[in-house]
Amino acid sequence: MARLTLREAITEALREEMRRDENVFIMGEEVGAWGGTYAVTKGFLEEFGENRVRDTPISEMAIAGAATGAAMAGTRPIAEFMTINFAFVAFDAIVNHAAKVSYMFNGQFDCPVVFRAPGGGGKQLGATHSHTPDVIFAHFPGLKVVCPATPYDAKGMLKSAIRDNGPVLFIEPVALYTSPKVRDEVPDEEYTVPLGVSDVKREGSDVTIITYGEGLHTSLDAAKSLAAEGIEAEVIDLRSLQPLDMGPVVESFKKTFKAVVVEFGHQTYGVGAEIVARLQDEAFDYIDAPIKRVAQYDVPAPYSGELERSALPNAERVIAAVKEIL
Amino acid sequence: MDKDTLLDWYRQMVLIRRFEERSDELYQLEGKIKGFLHLYIGQEAVAVGSIAARKAGDHIITAYRDHGHALAVGLTANEVMAELMGKATGVVGGRGGSMHMASKERTFWGGYGIVGAHISLGVGLALAEKYKGSDAVCLCYFGDGATNIGYFHESLNMAAVWDLPIVFICENNKYGMGTSIEKASATHKMVDKAKAYNIPGKQIDGMDIFAVHEATKKAVAACRKGKGPQFLEMMTYRYQGHSIGDRTRYRPEGELDKWRDEKDPIATLQAHLLKEGVDEAELVAIDQQIMKEVDEAVHFSNESPLPAQDTLFDYIYPSNAEAN
Repeated sequence: MARLTLREAITEALREEMRRDENVFIMGEEVGAWGGTYAVTKGFLEEFGENRVRDTPISEMAIAGAATGAAMAGTRPIAEFMTINFAFVAFDAIVNHAAKVSYMFNGQFDCPVVFRAPGGGGKQLGATHSHTPDVIFAHFPGLKVVCPATPYDAKGMLKSAIRDNGPVLFIEPVALYTSPKVRDEVPDEEYTVPLGVSDVKREGSDVTIITYGEGLHTSLDAAKSLAAEGIEAEVIDLRSLQPLDMGPVVESFKKTFKAVVVEFGHQTYGVGAEIVARLQDEAFDYIDAPIKRVAQYDVPAPYSGELERSALPNAERVIAAVKEIL
Repeated sequence: MDKDTLLDWYRQMVLIRRFEERSDELYQLEGKIKGFLHLYIGQEAVAVGSIAARKAGDHIITAYRDHGHALAVGLTANEVMAELMGKATGVVGGRGGSMHMASKERTFWGGYGIVGAHISLGVGLALAEKYKGSDAVCLCYFGDGATNIGYFHESLNMAAVWDLPIVFICENNKYGMGTSIEKASATHKMVDKAKAYNIPGKQIDGMDIFAVHEATKKAVAACRKGKGPQFLEMMTYRYQGHSIGDRTRYRPEGELDKWRDEKDPIATLQAHLLKEGVDEAELVAIDQQIMKEVDEAVHFSNESPLPAQDTLFDYIYPSNAEAN
């Protein structure tokens, strides 16, 4: 067992998979000589060489497209976007090509590509560099969209993503990369965490909080404060937005009859909208109160620190939402 | 070039021409083909002559005007026609249609409908081969219109930076849909765009199957020797509109006639064969055999079943049987 940060867990998963399977290689901006702009691939160039750790031009369309083509031809590329904000430029390659080749060509082609994308706001990077656009990508069948919130999940899920025969967008919450609070025990022995499986991260009987990514830690903080007041929240980490595993969510809701959805993306058409729609469909008779959403307000991210933070979810907003429906 | 090879090229080009003419009728007169239909008539020498220069294992990837390439890689008229009619027996089971033919067995990766996007996929196919250390080459086809989109420029640059084994084959038919090169492109020679990325390129008479074949053979050989990407601008002409319903009002009067009367790739090869002493009866026999083949393809497609409704959700994700 080692206590790893989320970033260290991701680095370990990459290194172990590179060692395990020589078809796995990394391509992206500054992944080699620089060692990754978030230092995730530091030392990789030295260990694996230029053929397997490929610095690319600043060409997101070609990065995503070439990784897709290389995956179809039998290799297992991991294409890194420096941040998810740059994946917008490659949107067509990801959702209209990587996500379509299996279906459109009648199952002839596998497409084992992983798009790694650090994401999230709160870093004072301004409106264009602070997105949490996860749901947009999760809209399209054919692309798996996952986002771990703990080092254990990050390592196990990244390994599963790399071994998956289809395209996976692997979103990494930058805010959690080096957070000491998120540091976690990670086994030394080999393990994987399946994609498309939600996970109960805290048990409780009074209210269900459904979340993922950075929202998990905000929700756990809120749950801790609520517990001090005698309110026990069950916290469910979706981990995967596409496919979406509603099993544990519905099961929990049938126990608590109340729910709050917490996400760091914008509220409109967000994860909350989808969860609320599914809960009313799958558990209508169990609804005791309006299902609340806590999300990033519908405003572009401003630069100034406090102003930016005020648009993002926090524990206080989650607590307030819970109390509103209890 | 031996006589059998030339007769085979003739057969393939006539097959594409007759196949496309029949598809046009099935769309416009009989309503049996729906969606988009982009015909390859006039450009046959490019696909047939260049694909004849590949070795087994070399990759083919192209845009939405893909029936010619599909037939040239050896897919049967039956399975291509059945795909146009959306039948279960089609190349991709009726899931792709006219723009999305593909065959893994023939390393023919499609058939793509978004202009320029597949050029980046082609770069990826070449990257995989270079990564694995094989000597396979990718032939990547696109139109002149695609040279104005971002994908094209990012892809050429990346291929050149990494010395990838890919032959970029620009089928220059003078128009991107209805907009002429003069109106759409700052430089009128597509090959000049390759030069900007240090990629050796040539303009080739795309109506002359010998020139197409020879140029492609050389380019493929250069790739195989590790000389990096190559670029061929095939000067050609599509006789029909961009797609069904295009009345081609943007063309100057007489332009089509001039190309068809003076440059037609099939007539040119036919004249060559006759001059070389091939019996005209032999060519007529091929023509008749092709007519039967196309009729049979229509019959086969008409009789074929539609895809079963319970297959709707198949293949959204590839099978993970061997993963994890």
